[in-house]
Amino acid sequence: MTGFLLRRLGQSAVVVLGVTIITFVLTRLLPGGVARAILGTRASPVSIAEFNRDNGLDLPTWQQYLFYLNQLLHGNLGFSYRLNEGVGTLLGDHLPKTIILLGASTLLALAIAVPLGIMQAVRRNKVEDYFFTTLSFALYSMPTFWLGLILIIFFSVDLNVLSPQGPQGDISTYLDPEQLASLVLPVVTLALVTIALFSRYMRSSMLDNLVQDYVRTARAKGVSNTGVLYRHVLRNALIPIVTLLGLSLPGIFSGALIVEAIFNYPGMGLLFWDSARTRDFPVLLGVTLVVAVATVVGNLLADIGYAVVDPRVRITE
Amino acid sequence: MSEPTVSELDSLPVPEVRALAEGGEAKVAGSAWKLAAYVFVENRLAVAGLGVVVFMFLFCFVGPLLYHTDQINTDITQFTLPPSPAHPLGTDNVGYDVLGRLMVGGQTSLEIGVIAALLATTFGVLWGAIAGFVGGWLDQVMMRIVDSMLAIPTLFLLLVLAAMFVPSLPMLIFIVALVAWLVPARLIRGETLSLRTREYVDAVRVMGGGDVRIVLRHIIPNTIGTIMVNATFQVADAILTIAALSFLGLGVPPPATNWGGMLSNGVSYTFAGYWWLIYPAGLAIVITVVAFNLIGDAMRDAFEVRLQRR
Repeated sequence: MTGFLLRRLGQSAVVVLGVTIITFVLTRLLPGGVARAILGTRASPVSIAEFNRDNGLDLPTWQQYLFYLNQLLHGNLGFSYRLNEGVGTLLGDHLPKTIILLGASTLLALAIAVPLGIMQAVRRNKVEDYFFTTLSFALYSMPTFWLGLILIIFFSVDLNVLSPQGPQGDISTYLDPEQLASLVLPVVTLALVTIALFSRYMRSSMLDNLVQDYVRTARAKGVSNTGVLYRHVLRNALIPIVTLLGLSLPGIFSGALIVEAIFNYPGMGLLFWDSARTRDFPVLLGVTLVVAVATVVGNLLADIGYAVVDPRVRITE
Repeated sequence: MSEPTVSELDSLPVPEVRALAEGGEAKVAGSAWKLAAYVFVENRLAVAGLGVVVFMFLFCFVGPLLYHTDQINTDITQFTLPPSPAHPLGTDNVGYDVLGRLMVGGQTSLEIGVIAALLATTFGVLWGAIAGFVGGWLDQVMMRIVDSMLAIPTLFLLLVLAAMFVPSLPMLIFIVALVAWLVPARLIRGETLSLRTREYVDAVRVMGGGDVRIVLRHIIPNTIGTIMVNATFQVADAILTIAALSFLGLGVPPPATNWGGMLSNGVSYTFAGYWWLIYPAGLAIVITVVAFNLIGDAMRDAFEVRLQRR
């Protein structure tokens, strides 16, 4: 297990380093250079020279990269001149809100998708299975923002029961009934897309396991049908879901960006979108880096989790 | 949920046996392509998907020849009209006919989808095949690049790129392809690793064939199933991606549009009840993407490819 852990940690470190190289290269590609892109087209040559000196941009390229890396290691993700605040501080405000959105919708998605997948596997090729397969196919092929729009039209415009805007207050106020109600639509929208994906996996994972030898053995030993299903098959079928959670993290992040944009939910995605429209590159690159590192860590945790519950992985790797 | 009854559990699947008993493959004789085509045609949903795709292409590219509308000059005296005989799907906020706009927007969506998928697949396949075939440190470097780019969620990378480069149509295609080539690269690299040790590769070498010949003429053609399945999913993904980008306001500049851009336009009228600005474009996206996904699913069965996706 130690060898497996070390190897996986090493791989993740390489990928994180790779991500920093990509964000660094992206800054080099900025039209008109970094200083122009950040200070604006009307910045004076003096202020540009000063900016370059402060940020190590007058050094040779490889030294610039080391300078950049050194800044990152000291927790300096960049400074937003537009918002006049450090990217780290901005993330401190916005990231927790995104984590709440992601956490709540993922839990909701799992709570619905797992039983749904089991039901579809058991009732395979029956009316219910076809119905939910079609539904998840449609959900999966649906642009997230359109889904959000339809939910808004239905629940906010026609029925007028839910707020079309996410909670705007501080996180500490999220438990107020009003804020909680405004959290419903964003969470549900994000969850619906994930449910479609998770239930498909759960269904096929159950089906894969139902034909395994151990199922036959359990049956032969006289284990009841429910016993086979819940004590043997389900436990094994849940294992791939751990990996799936890790793998779908980038997709869920992208989904959160769109959901935050539709519902004006002031999380990291909305911050990122605003920065893209105003071409606030320090924020864009800082957030990109954070999201990528979060993805790498998420995958790492999923892999370790997988290795803990399924010892075969450690051997075959 | 309720616990399943005994009779339901008795009917639990034993797929291998059933496949043998039916012996479907014995019916067909001929090449692998014929066999694949046979399996594909057997799948009703896939044929329906193909029908929808053909219809969409006709609708978007031939439609404007039969249904004439002005999609360049705005007409603000005719804005947000509800559907009527003159405008079957109404008009939008600057007076464009929505049905005609659906055709023009669809052209952009389909063009971007197909071209970006082709570009991404071609590049990804070459990248993966070279990495897998050469192996060693080159493979390590090439695949770590792929891993690092895959770690950045697609939409984030796309928004950075779209903010950096002014989005024109070719630029958008390039940007979408730039984030889409990673998955085929990974898939093909995996296949190449197993293909390069096959006897026929040794045979080519004995006959004096070089590495380039082996990769281009032998390894890549043997991964054609994976390539085609993945390319189909790529088109679906690219259409969704470009819709999302346009919705976020970083898509094709007006007067050109695409289905996502039309939706982005309609959002402001959510509360006004102008459903014709929201449902047609959204449905067009969903139907087209579902169709491409159905085709991809069926091709996966036909070529017996196992992908990591879905």
